[in-house]
Amino acid sequence: MPFGNTHNNFKLNYKVEEEFPDLSKHNNHMAKALTKEIYAKLRDKQTPSGYTLDDVIQTGIDNPGHPFIMTVGCVAGDEESYEVFKDLLDPVISDRHGGYKPTDKHKTDLNFENLKGGDDLDPNYVLSSRVRTGRSIKGYTLPPHNSRGERRAIEKLAVEALTSLDGEFKGKYYPLKSMTDAEQEQLISDHFLFDKPVSPLLTCAGMARDWPDARGIWHNDSKTFLVWVNEEDHLRVISMQKGGNMREVFRRFCVGLQKIEEIFKKHNHGFMWNEHLGYILTCPSNLGTGLRGGVHVKLPKLSTHAKFEEILTRLRLQKRGTGGVDTASVGGVFDISNADRLGSSEVEQVQLVVDGVKLMVEMEKKLEKGEAIDSMIPAQK
Amino acid sequence: MAKLTLKWLSAEDEFPDVRKHNNHMAKVLNLEMYKKLRERVTPNGFTIDGVIQTGVDNPGHPFIMTVGCVAGDEETYEVFKELLDPVIEARHGGYKPQDKHKTDLKSENLKGGDDLDPNYVLSSRVRTGRSIRGFCLPPHCSRGERRAVEKLSVEALDSLSGDLKGKYYALKNMTEAEQQQLIDDHFLFDKPVSPLLLASGMARDWPDARGIWHNNNKTFLVWVNEEDHLRVISMQKGGNMREVFSRFCTGLTKIETLFKERGHAFMWNEHLGYVLTCPSNLGTGLRAGVHVKLPNMSKHAKFEEVLKKLRLQKRGTGGVDTAAVGGVFDISNADRLGFSEVELVQMVVDGVKLLVDMEKRLEKGQSIDDLMPAQK
Repeated sequence: MPFGNTHNNFKLNYKVEEEFPDLSKHNNHMAKALTKEIYAKLRDKQTPSGYTLDDVIQTGIDNPGHPFIMTVGCVAGDEESYEVFKDLLDPVISDRHGGYKPTDKHKTDLNFENLKGGDDLDPNYVLSSRVRTGRSIKGYTLPPHNSRGERRAIEKLAVEALTSLDGEFKGKYYPLKSMTDAEQEQLISDHFLFDKPVSPLLTCAGMARDWPDARGIWHNDSKTFLVWVNEEDHLRVISMQKGGNMREVFRRFCVGLQKIEEIFKKHNHGFMWNEHLGYILTCPSNLGTGLRGGVHVKLPKLSTHAKFEEILTRLRLQKRGTGGVDTASVGGVFDISNADRLGSSEVEQVQLVVDGVKLMVEMEKKLEKGEAIDSMIPAQK
Repeated sequence: MAKLTLKWLSAEDEFPDVRKHNNHMAKVLNLEMYKKLRERVTPNGFTIDGVIQTGVDNPGHPFIMTVGCVAGDEETYEVFKELLDPVIEARHGGYKPQDKHKTDLKSENLKGGDDLDPNYVLSSRVRTGRSIRGFCLPPHCSRGERRAVEKLSVEALDSLSGDLKGKYYALKNMTEAEQQQLIDDHFLFDKPVSPLLLASGMARDWPDARGIWHNNNKTFLVWVNEEDHLRVISMQKGGNMREVFSRFCTGLTKIETLFKERGHAFMWNEHLGYVLTCPSNLGTGLRAGVHVKLPNMSKHAKFEEVLKKLRLQKRGTGGVDTAAVGGVFDISNADRLGFSEVELVQMVVDGVKLLVDMEKRLEKGQSIDDLMPAQK
């Protein structure tokens, strides 16, 4: 990034001990993994585009974390970051992704037909269904590091690709910097509009530079397929609709993604992907599938049951409030989604959501009738 | 180790969209200039994108003209002079690239200033900044550099004696009690929240190597590693600006001597005076001001005009960008560059004396027309 000590030539005149960050009060994955030895080894390295270790870790230094939430504390500036700084990022990835090893292989499966069921979640309980992921475009550096020119080129490519979609995917692009008031109001009402990041986790990593230049939102006419351009990742792709037909949501997700990927490949800019890390994204927490498949579901009784957390853990699911990450639930409605990203495929993760939510709704119904759910407690998936 | 980010895209592709921006940087920067300057880098690795990032990210306000650019090191002002000279000229009243700036920290050259009426002048304060040569500035410095600046500063300040004897409070290991006391004294500075500062990278690694030093009498205060390497403040209740300025000059000169003894000078040159992070603080970096009760004067139709003629500016008592409370204003010098420290404090002393005289007239329902000053 342009500011900061990325290319400060003086810093190598100082000893490792003098430059090593004070992480004594920190609680994030980077702080747990970074040692003086790793810092000493990597501090004079840079990726071909000039990204350095200090860039990778700045957000984790500036955001000590929370005693209960374990943030990642580091970001990639480009595809090569995951290679050049593997001595730090491999242990972070392993810690964050349930022991995933440097030698492990990640499987990608975007064949929606491989999903079993998922079209019959009870809409009296499941209010809406959504699947999102991110994609990075090969040949460009990532949001913490990219220049205005790169960001604009990504926007241009993305808009070309998206405006060539037709049928159920026909839609329109709304650049943030030239949106009309009416368009803005509409996007807010639709819950589509994303705003300049305020989270210091993102701003300290340099992702909000030059806002709102080359940022925008594209969505299809039916408002069921949405793409964010140049927010935390090059692209964030979202498929959603009211009710419990997760199968349909996932179908649209897979079909749309694959159409977009084809167009990018034609321009010689495929998505960043490798067989170890799957899809490469800015935050190590989103590697693999980058997928969060979830529902807004009414679970007023189950959520107050003593075993709620345990059930979620066993089903490999996580809960959030209906405002998304770091929000509280309102009226017993929870956002339930897959906890994993790396080491299992898209189909596998959505399957976990579909099966898990189906089970939880049945448990909710039992509890409504005053019946026990002990026999339904699942085994660890 | 400096390596410029890949520049395979053209200047046109990279040029920031500042068409709706209202800051000094945006008014000066054009494509030809950007094309030229993006090929350069300071010896320490600072680039034009680093200089302008804060101005790109903060379009400004239609009524307040922010600077929109910062220096990452002393050399920034030379390497990127095509941008910074016109910014300096616009901000500092037509100051030209060949102009010389005079430094005068001899407080005995100030006339008067010890008799501002304490019924009106509640407090007096003088502040400035200093940068230590040989280190990068807050937007660009590394942790090692920042810690070295802190170490040097603490060594120098700890050796002060007499009425300047005091203590250093590092932000990162302050006790609760110390923190509360510093808040009560209005000494504590917090992590910057202003996007103007955050966007230039000055808050990195907070609170590492940041701290506050003050003397036992609580009349002389130094901030370490906030927006500048050092911010030096002399203050006390009442209207004895002469004493405040005297302590300011004595303290600053002693600190500078101590730094020089350790092989470190302050960044200074005869064109720009003291070199600081923000171009608005070049020259003296000095803001001398009072909190003064002017409930009648401030409502007078010619208040703004009087201030302008006196080369003074008003702020609310919370500092820049705050509103006045109870008719009490913060009145200080508007200039920083092209006038010496003595000249600027003289303007404050003379101007405030006049404003208080005007206030007293207005209290008695008398006219102030004969008191109107000429443009200074």
